[in-house]
Amino acid sequence: MYDYKMKLTKPQLEILSGEEGEIKAKVMETLVRFGDIFEAKKMVKVTHECGHLVTSFGIGILKPVFSTMDKLIEAGLTVKGKFTVDPRPLDYENVPCNVLEKLVFNKFIYSKQSLYEKQLEKIGLKNSDAFTCTCYLDEVGNTPQKGDVLSWAESSAVVFANSVLGARCNRNSGMLDIFGSIVGYVPYFGFLTDEGRKATWKVTIKTTQKPEAQILGSAIGMKVVSEVPYVYGLNSYIDPDINNPDTISYLKDFGAATASNGSVGLYHIDKITPEAKELEDKLLTENMKEYVIDDAEMERVYKSYPIMWKNKNAKPHICFIGCPHLTLKQLEDWTVAIEKGLKANNKNKVYCHTVMTTAPEVLEVFKKTEFYDRALETGIKFSSICPLMYAESPLSQRHAIMTNSNKLRTYSCARYYKDQEILDILTGGGK
Amino acid sequence: MKEFKGRVISSGTFKGEAVVSRQGVNTLATFQSSALKNAKKVIAGDQNNPDIYKKNITGKALCLPETIGSTTGGMVIQTICSMKINPSAFLFSQHIDPLAASGIVLSRVWEESDVIAIDQLGEEFLKAVNTGDQIEIKEDGTVIIL
Repeated sequence: MYDYKMKLTKPQLEILSGEEGEIKAKVMETLVRFGDIFEAKKMVKVTHECGHLVTSFGIGILKPVFSTMDKLIEAGLTVKGKFTVDPRPLDYENVPCNVLEKLVFNKFIYSKQSLYEKQLEKIGLKNSDAFTCTCYLDEVGNTPQKGDVLSWAESSAVVFANSVLGARCNRNSGMLDIFGSIVGYVPYFGFLTDEGRKATWKVTIKTTQKPEAQILGSAIGMKVVSEVPYVYGLNSYIDPDINNPDTISYLKDFGAATASNGSVGLYHIDKITPEAKELEDKLLTENMKEYVIDDAEMERVYKSYPIMWKNKNAKPHICFIGCPHLTLKQLEDWTVAIEKGLKANNKNKVYCHTVMTTAPEVLEVFKKTEFYDRALETGIKFSSICPLMYAESPLSQRHAIMTNSNKLRTYSCARYYKDQEILDILTGGGK
Repeated sequence: MKEFKGRVISSGTFKGEAVVSRQGVNTLATFQSSALKNAKKVIAGDQNNPDIYKKNITGKALCLPETIGSTTGGMVIQTICSMKINPSAFLFSQHIDPLAASGIVLSRVWEESDVIAIDQLGEEFLKAVNTGDQIEIKEDGTVIIL
């Protein structure tokens, strides 16, 4: 048996010693070894039992994942509650793929998709619609409470849950998310502790207008990397009500950029996020570092993004809006903005194939609103695909993909544009 | 010759070449392209990391402050270890981050990989080491730049 360093309870020790089976012991060993690296004193109970997994894609090369899942299933292991999972990688109906691309996706890249989805069902997938990166939205319903301990992965969901909801979750990797949900314990360190939630960076916003969430998050992520920032000055630009749909949308996009352009797992926004409202500057450590963001710094960061299109002067072929998946309010706002832009430019349809991505449950609600048919009229398509899984394939790199997502830009050849730039291109005939 | 001592996360011995990233290594962006192509070696694919972009890192000692980016990171490390196209060693100047730690533990427990990982080698280590340097790693976490 692994020579553990932390303190374990009798039930935890029984699992580790193999009394509940060899595979469950390996699951526990992985978590305990992981905790020991961070000098975790103990394992604590997962209090929000609905998990969230980062791995939604059956990429053929991820053999270790499928083989580990098989071992879990053969051992009869399931999660304590249910779980949601990141978006599916494919949607041929709404996202353009030619015959060759379909062949490559089906036979080579995502050849294990249906096998993997069956594995997820056996371990405890919530339902067949539970594929989204924004599981925490009300419509989806996997929403932890303040103080809840989670066993989640997906960087954008973890940073949202920690920062906006006040839940407690480390930046777990895929596989460790499911392991914690199976044994019902996670190691106690980092963002699970009060000390680990203190900010080591004081960030002050001094821009003359509301900063683009995706660029602001990118700037902070690249600066603080994995540390915790406490951000002042944002309350001048966004509604401090944490339940305001615009605030939720802004913080979702901001957080995803901090997590993908750096590896931020928790941020505090002065006068807005729950712990900042409660503890204010007591959250700042004594020797904190400082970062001031003004208009010039925002522009410097924006200009630093390399253009990865093969033909840098190409006209965009495909536009993805919604990484992370859009909220209901964002779907409505984009619809109205595109309608208005088209009218101003005397046009009827968006310039290129435009896909707005959102959670299946959010899309169902959106379909019942007046905005859905209006959006379809403009040529917009809706999907619950993971744009990243589509854009990062070697074949998709031939397309000139544009996006307003800094996460998608970071992990693929997609080109980042600000919201207004995207709107101008889509509604102005590509100009 | 310069000698540094770190904490052993996953032990082993190594003699070979260093590849150095002075910024955090984005695991998914660095490894995914080579893994997707089922390549025989990893050519670092992160456009935002000029230190290692387009460099071969398979079988090398990857020297870095920490890993950053998507929470698929651990599985990506597990996958490249199972494909045996991993760097032979991860040498972290800082405390190892949770995603890299997950990947090393998953590789050890589930893949029986012999990947080496040493952390807390200090900022001086990352200043002293350069891509192409010959490195020796000992079981006790000693790292020598030859």
